[in-house]
Amino acid sequence: MKTSALAAAYLVAARDLRLAFRKPSQLLQPLMFFMIVATLFPLTLTPELSRLRDAAPGVLWIGALLSSLLALEFLFRDDASDGTLEQFALSGQSLTWMLFAKTCTHWLLTGLPLALSAPLAALALGVPVAALGGMVAALALGSFALSLVGAICAGLTLGARRGGVLLSLLTLPLSVPILVFGSDATRHAISGTEIAGPMYMLGAIAVLGLTLAPLAAAAAVRIGLE
Amino acid sequence: MLSVKGVHLWRGDRHVLRNVSFEAVPGHCVLLTGRNGAGKTTLLRAIAGLLEPEEGEMTWRGASTRVSRNEFHAELAYLGHEPPLKGDLSGGENLRFSVGIRRAVTGAEIDAALVRTGADSFADRPTRLLSAGQRRRIALAGVLLANAALWLLDEPTTNLDAEGQQLVADLIAGQLARAGLVVAAVHHSLPLVAGTITELTLGAA
Repeated sequence: MKTSALAAAYLVAARDLRLAFRKPSQLLQPLMFFMIVATLFPLTLTPELSRLRDAAPGVLWIGALLSSLLALEFLFRDDASDGTLEQFALSGQSLTWMLFAKTCTHWLLTGLPLALSAPLAALALGVPVAALGGMVAALALGSFALSLVGAICAGLTLGARRGGVLLSLLTLPLSVPILVFGSDATRHAISGTEIAGPMYMLGAIAVLGLTLAPLAAAAAVRIGLE
Repeated sequence: MLSVKGVHLWRGDRHVLRNVSFEAVPGHCVLLTGRNGAGKTTLLRAIAGLLEPEEGEMTWRGASTRVSRNEFHAELAYLGHEPPLKGDLSGGENLRFSVGIRRAVTGAEIDAALVRTGADSFADRPTRLLSAGQRRRIALAGVLLANAALWLLDEPTTNLDAEGQQLVADLIAGQLARAGLVVAAVHHSLPLVAGTITELTLGAA
């Protein structure tokens, strides 16, 4: 009996989770990078809390963006180099669903831990405790949108040797809106004002990504495999 | 059943495949031969749909392999140069995934296929610890489990010992006996039954 598209997507997610727990170093690296960047800032800037608080949204979001770029490199590269990505493409299953499952698992293993560990770094930057909830929500939503956008670019750069630089160049301009609205939401959270506006925009970007990115990523991977 | 008509394919500025045509019918094996760089791998990848030829037509059961791609892939098992295995997973885990995304498969079926390809004794070890020949045996079990009508094999006997080469020949003979099709790129001749084989030499011109 042929496996259904959803069952195949579930198998992909289960396999990626299992692989991640066998080799945790690859996933910890982007998280460590984010924590180091965010906690070094208070040491290099003035120790004045009000100043740090002003810089916090920028520091947190630039750290999150760079760390997600670092993590994106591993999204498809390993599977492409050992030939298992070809297996996806030749399985007779919808590549869209399988890559969507892969992207979601990737966010679960990189973006979500980053959002959840951000309060530690945020406290060092003088972010008030009341703002942490909004900040974590913005980072979680923003990193999900970043993963979706990044999946397209990661697929496109599969065929290129030394694709890492190209991947960053492609992803950065596309991620600017996420960066703008994400840091805006965090700023509002810190100043205690309404964060709904930028959060709606982040949500809209994520929904747009959710609708289009898996299709585009599947097409990109097929090109990248050539 | 599988028909390849007038395929031209360039890689960069090299004209690798020049007007390649052949037909394969059930119970038939097409052996692709030719020197290194003649385009054997390229042709196999083009048939599988991993490369897009500039010109020409490929059909499976009368329908274009590009238009009805998923239906074609569901009946296709492709084994390339490198066995597609995750190094951190065991052979059994690899097969449960790679076969599982195609069809519902039981543990007993996987065990039986691993025994058939002589891979049962090392199937529970992470594949990165295995030798190239052992990894190929696990990948061959995957081809067997795919229940595919068409096998595309790229140098299937690479890294295998004499007994392994015989195993590949037996597996191909079994596939032909089930009225399946095999297209294989080979350097060494395989001990196959005569009468079911067409040889296609690439890059001869």
